[in-house]
Amino acid sequence: MIEIYLIGSVLLGAGLFFNRGKVLNYALIWTFVALQCAYTVYACLNYNQTESTYFTYDSLGIIMLLTATIISIPTVIHSHIYLEESEENTPGSRAMYFGALVLLIAAVSAAYLANHIAVVWIFAEITTLSASALIYHHRNKLALEGTWKYVFICAISITFVFIGILFLSLSFAKAGSDDLSYSNLLAHSSILNLSWLRLAFLFIFTGFTVKLGLFPMFTAGVDAKDKAPGPASALLSSIVMCMGFVGIFRIYVVMANTPLLHWASLVVGISAFLSLFIAAVYMIKVKNIKRMMAYSSVEHMGLVMLGIAAGGIGYYAAILHIVLHAFVKSSFFFQYNQIYRIYRNKNIYQLGNYFKYNTTGAIVVLLAFISVTAMPPSGMFVSEFLIFRSLFESNQLILLLVVLLLLTLIIWAFAKNIFKILFIPVVNFDESTVPKVSPWRSVSQFILIGGAAYLGLNPPLIFVDLIKSSIMLLPH
Amino acid sequence: MLHVLLIVFLISLFYMSIANRMSTYVNVLALQGVLLFFVAFLELKHINTLNLILILLETIIFKSLAVPIFLNYVLKRNHITREAEPYLPNFVSLIITTVIVVTTILLSNTMEESYLDKMYFVVALSTLFTGLYFIATRRKIITHVMGYLIIENGVFVLSLAVGNEMPMLVNLGIMLDIFASVLILGIFLNKIGDVFKDIDVNQLTNLKDY
Repeated sequence: MIEIYLIGSVLLGAGLFFNRGKVLNYALIWTFVALQCAYTVYACLNYNQTESTYFTYDSLGIIMLLTATIISIPTVIHSHIYLEESEENTPGSRAMYFGALVLLIAAVSAAYLANHIAVVWIFAEITTLSASALIYHHRNKLALEGTWKYVFICAISITFVFIGILFLSLSFAKAGSDDLSYSNLLAHSSILNLSWLRLAFLFIFTGFTVKLGLFPMFTAGVDAKDKAPGPASALLSSIVMCMGFVGIFRIYVVMANTPLLHWASLVVGISAFLSLFIAAVYMIKVKNIKRMMAYSSVEHMGLVMLGIAAGGIGYYAAILHIVLHAFVKSSFFFQYNQIYRIYRNKNIYQLGNYFKYNTTGAIVVLLAFISVTAMPPSGMFVSEFLIFRSLFESNQLILLLVVLLLLTLIIWAFAKNIFKILFIPVVNFDESTVPKVSPWRSVSQFILIGGAAYLGLNPPLIFVDLIKSSIMLLPH
Repeated sequence: MLHVLLIVFLISLFYMSIANRMSTYVNVLALQGVLLFFVAFLELKHINTLNLILILLETIIFKSLAVPIFLNYVLKRNHITREAEPYLPNFVSLIITTVIVVTTILLSNTMEESYLDKMYFVVALSTLFTGLYFIATRRKIITHVMGYLIIENGVFVLSLAVGNEMPMLVNLGIMLDIFASVLILGIFLNKIGDVFKDIDVNQLTNLKDY
């Protein structure tokens, strides 16, 4: 089935790219959505089975695949709306956009399920290609700058991951086997050469941080989310970040079964803390709403990796948090297009009194803000609280205090900007040109935010079981 | 013989760090391609012939012919000045490259019970870090791309070291090489040359937080 899915996606992507007709384009993209849903159902039915040697439908892969499928449906809807409203929309740019979108979603889904580190690496490369086509959608100087930075930093990071894989093969030399699948690595974890493994982990971790949006390679992602169209940014800050997480998490599981667990946690923890610190610093001074949301993603990824580094309940909380973050942040980016349509600007100084112009949209912004800052009714409150608990239980009190302080700063900066957008009128704003925005366009955002709250506060048993079985191989 | 080739490869890095002209950079990249061709030929004895031919073709045609010709074409077409314009003087570059090489030699001595010829490790890692150093200290976008190509060459050396046991990894390295180079060189360098007339990283500072 995975071959059918991949070949089908490539064919649909090529079809989208070469057919410039509008109706045919829309028919093809919805065919892809149907294929994606069918494949997700198939993957769930074949839980824990391996297919075509390189793909395993394990619990982590299933969780992430479900997340990706759920987010891809509103992405396609909002892409329609976005392309219809955009002035620069030509048949060529639409064909390119949808073709790249299909390729991105398919590559990310395959990377979730791959059980071999080289296969994950190949699909990570394909996401760079397709994401760069999405970022360059507007064909202007600034978009080119963003795309160039993204492509260049991603290319270097991908090279880093490859060096990591080479070191991994060196650390594996004693085993006398050339199979670098995760299960084989785990089976031989006792005879891995530790000094090579250390180097391998450093390089693989650094390489995947570009997709995860963590220190040190986070800058590319921030620029990309700024310049990409809203729905594409939603994908970049949700499912692509999940892909980076899967890449790091799977190799971390291998590390956790060697004596290097403590050292790996230290590396992850330092990177996570620095990400939080950087996010706090930039959140205070940022004046571009899209970049503000991108830095908020950096903050949340920092929290996720802190959970991983702290261990214990933190593992569970990290996976819960990254899923909830994907739902909430993507709905925030979907909402951004409505904001831009009204104000024609993304500078926070030029936005304001949003409740007056688009009440439904303003409610979404408010709810998304409450969710992202993890205030109690939101689902992310639960996961963030569990991450704090894991830090407390691992006796990292000073770290916990500093993290709480940084989070307070972030919430203050975030709230200041969001409430400015929602309530304070802008000077010299011409109200006569404000278009009417249909409330129906916010339905998907309500569903995503509501779903995140439901998953956080009252997680279904099957979801909890899936998370628990994906962290089963980690020490308790 | 292998070691001689690898040492020449290392020396080419020193030469590059004091080079002034863009055309010297291109020539050194071509030379590195030829060196890698011979290293691959001598090292990869145990893999099947078809695979070896693919690897050899990649080094000689892609690394030492196609990429340098294309770089020269870009240099001419966009009227890029002949000087490399580093931020730091060449003397400092030379010292830093030396420090990088010495550090990797020291690092390689800390790796005990190795299945790897240490020469490969030293050459690969010092090439990697020198490439990163070039990217950080050169002003033109095209020199950044050249820095990236140097990193690629370093990775190729490392992949040759494990090539006999795992030929798949060498093929993956070639895929990375072609994919990333085509993406970076073909699409964007051309595009950036059209949009920004003078290719200089100082023009790529418009994405700001405020």
